[in-house]
Amino acid sequence: MSVLANPQLWFATLAMATPLALPAIGGTFSERSGVVNIAMEGIMLIGAFFAVAFSYWTNSAWLGLLFGMLMGGVISAIFAWAAIRLAADQVVLGMAVNIFAAGLTAFLLDTVFGFNGTPANTPSLPTVHLPWLKSMPFLSGVFNDQSVLVYIMIVIVIVSHWFLFYTRLGLRIRSVGENPLAADTAGLSVSRLRYTGVIIGGLLSALGGAYLSIGILHSFDVNMTNGRGYIALAAMIFGKWTPFGAFGASLLFGFATALGIALQSFNVSSNLLGMLPYVLTILALAGLVGRSTPPAADGIPYEQHR
Amino acid sequence: MTHFLEVIDLKKHFPGVKANDGVNLTVKSGEVHAILGENGAGKSTLMNMIYGLYQPTSGQILLEGKQVEFSSPRDAIRSGIGMVHQHFMLIPALSVAENIVLGDEPGGIQYNRKEAVRRVQQISDQYKLQVDPTRRVADLSVGLQQRVEILKVLYRRAKLLILDEPTALLTPQETRELFEIVGHLKAEGIPIVFISHKLDEVREIADVVTVMRAGKTVETLPIGDATPQDLANLMVGRDVVLRVQKNPIQLGNKLLELRGIHVRDASRHERIRDLSLTVSEGEILGLAGIDGNGQSELVEAVAGLLPTTAGSIHLAGQDITRVRPFDRTELGIAYVPQDRQRDGLVLDFDLVENIILRDFHKSPYSKSGAINYRAARAYAERLIREFDVRPADADRKAGELSGGNQQKVILAREVSRDPRLLIAVQPTRGLDVGAIEGIHRQLLRLRDNGKGILLVSLELDEILSLSDRIAVIHDGRIVDIVDGDSATREQLGLLMTGVKSTAETRGERV
Repeated sequence: MSVLANPQLWFATLAMATPLALPAIGGTFSERSGVVNIAMEGIMLIGAFFAVAFSYWTNSAWLGLLFGMLMGGVISAIFAWAAIRLAADQVVLGMAVNIFAAGLTAFLLDTVFGFNGTPANTPSLPTVHLPWLKSMPFLSGVFNDQSVLVYIMIVIVIVSHWFLFYTRLGLRIRSVGENPLAADTAGLSVSRLRYTGVIIGGLLSALGGAYLSIGILHSFDVNMTNGRGYIALAAMIFGKWTPFGAFGASLLFGFATALGIALQSFNVSSNLLGMLPYVLTILALAGLVGRSTPPAADGIPYEQHR
Repeated sequence: MTHFLEVIDLKKHFPGVKANDGVNLTVKSGEVHAILGENGAGKSTLMNMIYGLYQPTSGQILLEGKQVEFSSPRDAIRSGIGMVHQHFMLIPALSVAENIVLGDEPGGIQYNRKEAVRRVQQISDQYKLQVDPTRRVADLSVGLQQRVEILKVLYRRAKLLILDEPTALLTPQETRELFEIVGHLKAEGIPIVFISHKLDEVREIADVVTVMRAGKTVETLPIGDATPQDLANLMVGRDVVLRVQKNPIQLGNKLLELRGIHVRDASRHERIRDLSLTVSEGEILGLAGIDGNGQSELVEAVAGLLPTTAGSIHLAGQDITRVRPFDRTELGIAYVPQDRQRDGLVLDFDLVENIILRDFHKSPYSKSGAINYRAARAYAERLIREFDVRPADADRKAGELSGGNQQKVILAREVSRDPRLLIAVQPTRGLDVGAIEGIHRQLLRLRDNGKGILLVSLELDEILSLSDRIAVIHDGRIVDIVDGDSATREQLGLLMTGVKSTAETRGERV
């Protein structure tokens, strides 16, 4: 299969996996703390839009990235407040955020930037070129000239794993997602830990959105996430609520997309492969491809009785 | 002995309920102090205030002579108060060590797993608790999980240990091991507050007992001065019959016959293997066993909620193996399920609707497809009166009733349909002495009327006092069937571990 030997396919896989892995890991943080988060799609849109907007206004893609993430953090903090403090239904809230974000970003794009969309001279983030990879043409083809966010994503995967499973805060976040009452009686603040989980999730989701707008492009389009937040949700579940699992699932889904594009020249519909993430997720939830069990208290608001 | 904990005229009022209304308590160092009272007497409310989960409406809590005010368990823990709750506060997915150190983990940013394991091991050794810190809590027995809870308290250097109904879920063997542990802790000088509604236990383990009733402390007395009858009367506030009066057995025909049945649980594990059992008219057959040895699956198979994979079930000679649960009800099987809130009642429905739940489709409660609420209400009000359900208000939602009264509603519904066979699973679980007495009387009345009763209970005393025959289940099989009058706790305890010969000694469970 010459298609599989082509580094371009694997370059595309990695590039396609990045905007899935970041929100998938973000969702993992949120759900590990016990808050069901289906708002990744909306938070990605917010991150994508504000990253472009602030890049343009500050004339710095890095500052744009920072503000884009901050806005994602803000919106997820509001989401967290409603989910934790008001104990609102988290799935309904998540959908509300998604719908709100789609409307808000479309509205702002039109009012702030007008008919022509974001200006063409908006700065974007650099790509990374590693000259020492030149002796290995295949690896060079896969890794060179990827956006810097691809590398940051890989670092985030590793750090997230360490954070969740090897730090004290990680242990505490996982404990409130499993049994908040146990954590409370052990003297931990359930709501503070859940805010932490949800907001980290928001920052990472917004980072995933920013990758789309100022990582691979330097513009924002209406609904440019195009359902990636939902595929990330699938990746989170398929990855069994672990950072490495989410990354692996994102790679698989990214590969499916990349392969679909590559096979278009062979007259294979990319829609068929595009179904793969959803099919795999249903199978995983049904226990057919390695049973996937969510954190025990995922989605259940914790209310103290005083 | 110094006063370690003092509670002075403590009150806690919830809207409409005075949960604690004048509680006085003095716990000295190095003593085991039992708080005895019926369910709803206010024991848990009192402990939750001492532990900082609730804030008192008025009154004082003094710790080592100094007044304290806890706004959260964190404050209580910091002051040296540790509590083992009735329902364990554990995280099954985490290891023993992680559960114990949670909130006070060794390490900096990074969690120091090795150090956590080492410290837990050291405390476990010191107090002879024999728990492996590296195991996952989900894999531990209930008795071991409780030890993990005790370790959690000791790890935080508790100066006072509160045990809330600690034996509720334990086997007799585990209870004995727990009492040994309490002995070790007492020897180390840790005062223990032991909450219970079981007289025997309190008399066995406590030095001093304080009796609570209706939110007030009634009396505190050294255990040596108290007879069981005294304590029971203090708890209930009137004279109670402790022993049930049983008429001689009038055995009828074979009613329920299980012939070599096999049953799988929801996750497809075979939990009942080649089990045969008979219940006759006019007898109470007690099913004893350690929790999780197939009792639920057996009962659900009889009720028709789980299919049998082999064997057959007969009711009065009729093969009902393939009969739907709905039709089994019509054939005369009544069922009092273990989880009254999940399986027994619809908590959001009022008492009228709950009481006609089995018969709503039949006359007179149904008229041409619509519910006849007038007839239903009349029937419900009659049952509420007969079974002394409180409050006697048919419009109340079932969820607003106390556990004991919920159980009375279920029993009223099932018993009043005049069933041939009653399956009663843990019918008195969590109920107080007064309510237990009433339910036991109902079961015996049914038996004397020639009905068959399959009684499943984890309370050996209940099994022993009610059953005509006792079947002991272990690992999905009946180990032995013994006569109800001559059986002893020790004999049953041994059979429950699956050992038939009395010569064998019990294996150490770690």
